[in-house]
Amino acid sequence: MLRAVLLALSALLWLPAAAVAQDLQSLLQTYRAEIEKPARKSVVEVLDALVASGLPGVPLFLERWQDKGVYLRASDGLFYYAAPEGEGYSLSAIGDGTPAGTAAASDLTELRPNGGVRKEISGALVEFQLSDPDISRRQAAIDAIARSGSADQLEPLRASIPGEPDPVLRATKERLADILAARFAATAEGRVAAIGNLADDLSVDVRAVLNQILATTTAVAPALPEGANIARELTPGSGALPADAAYARLVAAGLAPPVVGRDAIKAALAAHIEGGRVGDVAVGDLDTDAARLAVYAALAEAGVVPPTLTPEGQAAALAAHVFYEEYVEPDPVITDAARGALRAIETRVGAYQVADITLDALSLASIYFLAAIGLAITFGVMGVINMAHGEFIMMGAYTGYVVQQFVPDYTLSIILALPAAFAVTFAAGVAMERLVIRHLYHRPLETLLATFGISIGLQQLAKNVFGTQARPLTSPAWLDGALSFNDVVSISHIRIAIFVLALLFLGLILFILKRTRIGLEVRAVTQNPGMAASVGINPDRINMLTFGLGSGIAGIAGVAIGLYAKVTSEMGADYIVQSFMTVVVGGVGNVWGTLAGAALIGFLQKLIEWGNPSNTLAAQTYMILFIILFIQFRPKGIVALKGRAAGD
Amino acid sequence: MRRSFLAANPSVLWFLLALALVTLGVTVMAEAGMISTSFVKTLGKTLCLCLVAVAMDVVWGYCGILSLGHFAFFGIGGYAVGMWLMYARTEEIVAASLAAQALPPTVGEIRDAIGTQIFGVVGASDFPLIWAFADRHWLQFPMIVLLPGLLALVFGWLAFRSRVTGVYLSILTQAMTLALSLYLFQNDSGLRGNNGLSGLQNIPGLGGVGQDRISIWFFWGSAAALAAGYVFFAWIVSGKMGSVIRAIRDDEARVRFLGYHVESFKLFVFTVTAMVAGVAGALYYPQAGIINPAEIAPIASIYLAVWVAIGGRGRLYGAVIGAAFVSLLSSWFTGGGAPSVPLGVYTIHWTDWWLVLLGLSFVAVTLFFPKGIGGIFDLVAPRPVPDRQGDYGPDDGAWRREEGEP
Repeated sequence: MLRAVLLALSALLWLPAAAVAQDLQSLLQTYRAEIEKPARKSVVEVLDALVASGLPGVPLFLERWQDKGVYLRASDGLFYYAAPEGEGYSLSAIGDGTPAGTAAASDLTELRPNGGVRKEISGALVEFQLSDPDISRRQAAIDAIARSGSADQLEPLRASIPGEPDPVLRATKERLADILAARFAATAEGRVAAIGNLADDLSVDVRAVLNQILATTTAVAPALPEGANIARELTPGSGALPADAAYARLVAAGLAPPVVGRDAIKAALAAHIEGGRVGDVAVGDLDTDAARLAVYAALAEAGVVPPTLTPEGQAAALAAHVFYEEYVEPDPVITDAARGALRAIETRVGAYQVADITLDALSLASIYFLAAIGLAITFGVMGVINMAHGEFIMMGAYTGYVVQQFVPDYTLSIILALPAAFAVTFAAGVAMERLVIRHLYHRPLETLLATFGISIGLQQLAKNVFGTQARPLTSPAWLDGALSFNDVVSISHIRIAIFVLALLFLGLILFILKRTRIGLEVRAVTQNPGMAASVGINPDRINMLTFGLGSGIAGIAGVAIGLYAKVTSEMGADYIVQSFMTVVVGGVGNVWGTLAGAALIGFLQKLIEWGNPSNTLAAQTYMILFIILFIQFRPKGIVALKGRAAGD
Repeated sequence: MRRSFLAANPSVLWFLLALALVTLGVTVMAEAGMISTSFVKTLGKTLCLCLVAVAMDVVWGYCGILSLGHFAFFGIGGYAVGMWLMYARTEEIVAASLAAQALPPTVGEIRDAIGTQIFGVVGASDFPLIWAFADRHWLQFPMIVLLPGLLALVFGWLAFRSRVTGVYLSILTQAMTLALSLYLFQNDSGLRGNNGLSGLQNIPGLGGVGQDRISIWFFWGSAAALAAGYVFFAWIVSGKMGSVIRAIRDDEARVRFLGYHVESFKLFVFTVTAMVAGVAGALYYPQAGIINPAEIAPIASIYLAVWVAIGGRGRLYGAVIGAAFVSLLSSWFTGGGAPSVPLGVYTIHWTDWWLVLLGLSFVAVTLFFPKGIGGIFDLVAPRPVPDRQGDYGPDDGAWRREEGEP
């Protein structure tokens, strides 16, 4: 069935050519020598003849030939398709595939085209595959053309478009046809039209094709050549063409004598040392460039060494020539069109990049927010500085890792890990508050140092238990992949999840602090513990719970951060300074402030990274410097509490 | 009646005596071959750490500023001296190799060769601007104190004038340290990125002298610097100025109301201690042989505060004891010197558990022994007992009640 359709299709396509009816077997016999021992060069001729013949059996033959399924029978010198059967082979005829008996293995010679030849065959096959009824094969053919487009593929590709039933594939084919036409169309109008069609496509390969069309070579001449498609003139000594490089180009073009460089002068002088002297100067005095140049000039005058050019001479030589970049493409109409299209594309790409960076910054901000939100409660609201906060993040991530060891289903394990991490770090936070921090309220500096002690202890403990290598926290399959809007703008699902999680936490914290009884008590105790106690609130209990809540949220943040970064014992330390910065910049004592701080830091870091993409270290450095300066001018942060709530 | 400086501070004499005895003992033992060159270097480095700890004690224990940036100043001092050491040492090597050529090398050739040698690891060969003075030690040595001093001056001026105090100042200084170390980690920072500066133990001009000699010289130098620094800071914190500084620690607002310009005092203390930290670093890194940005990561500065707290803050000898005790103990534990403890099912290897022990003991010191190890001396020579109920003042850095009592 499949073959019948294929034959019908190819017959349809190649109907005019098929008029010169000829048997495939006899055609093959014409080229028997080349087919028997094909070389990459000679096989092209055979393939052209086969394709041009338009015989219905050609695609099948090419396929079989490529897959080493074609045999030559020695007894009659004919080609057959053969498949192993019992001791020998069963044969079928080349022309229509009808069974043609069997043959012994000794009677058959397998045709073994080498890799280069197979490549040529598959190139010829592509044209047939473009109309293959199997969509995956059509797709493969399109991919093959996209990988290595050539001029002769354009017509078959175009011919296959009207018969393409699949709309997506059809669009791909049309785009590919435009890309090919932009380079290979026969007329300039055709190319310009194709380039115009590409102007609204953002993909990288379209930009690559346009850049290919706009490729230039740098050249030098006494005057600008007539009729050349000049991209631009270059001024020697400018950033695009330094004077040294320009002169080297002159030398390479044979338009100026070479400069005798420092090393050459040195070598020449060393070659002319006679009895400790060069000319009439002692070797010991030749320790400056000026002295060496003077002696060399004297030698040159004596005709011993080639003369060197003075800087003035070099400048004159440079001034006497023009340097320019010339398009490889001779037709200015096409380069103009390509330039216009590329500019249009780049403008749109730029706009989308801004959108992409905004998304990136948003997700970075939500990570900072997640890492800092627990701290916003313990440090911001309670005023307790907890250097072990980063280690709570780490504990949460390791809890997630341990849960995954017992629950193999990733979705379920993440759902279990979130409350488990909260429970573990809540307990750790409460224990720390009871044992250490309770005794050090009003002593923030001592709290800082004591919690730092706990932090290094916990870090080392994690190292002892889990080892120093990073542990994976695998995200469920539905979090893999990315949501991409087009070729430029995309965001991974994990980052979306973290963003959603950050939003959830913002809502949750605000709800707890503003709408619940315990939130009211927390605010009361942090503003005035004495007064709170005298109206019947137990400050000890509230402090304990608040600190536990802040720590528990750090644990959940740890699971979220562990999903996209590796879980190591040092992961907490990476976030601690940033988290404190977030809280301080945002404004202490205010959850909205933390949000503002995280947003500011996230966007700022992305912005600096965008300005200097190769260097994330520099981005962090500049960001911290900015924060230090920022605090000079707004010591209380972005969202500063006023009046009694400020506590001063 | 005014008593003389030494009579008012008997601990200075005792300290100098103890330091002299230690120096003498180490020298004798090193000459007799009883202790190795590397151990002499360890002791010399420890003395440098003691010096920076004394500076830290002045800024934190006396002035109440918990700076988490003093190890950065220490590192800057190290980089400053390291640049000259590396330049001069490479110059010697390059000059020797260029001397074999037919023509005497030009100045430019030597400089290019040194640049290639030093910056080859980061794929560069040109000297960045910050190396402008590295070829002349009489220009580069002042940088050891000027660079940390300048940085501390600018940073302190910005921070103190906007009244950033307490934990905020600590976090800000920590951020400064982090920014500096991240900057130095870059390959194009001009200081060889994370390779740092190396080969600093080879002192230019002393190629023929063995490391055993050099190490003992550096040990003496470190001891002399510690003695000088100790006396200098003891002089600063005694007398009228010392009273003002301690008053700032306990109640800054009240001092301001009394008419003192608090910011100037704080800025002075912050800058001077930063300069001394730079000197300590300049003596430390030639003994360590290598400096890289990891040395000045924020955690190092926190360790500095830990030493001072364990030794007992607000007393200079406490800082020295804390730094020496913790750093020597730390190298004993992490170097595998401490015997493992078999517990049947699990054996405690101290290389793995030392940091846990340090962290816990640090929490214990903060909670139960605010006076630190230095408090032991109060048993020998009791301080006057203050008659007070709460802390010494309302500020974050104020002395706690327990710190003043015997």
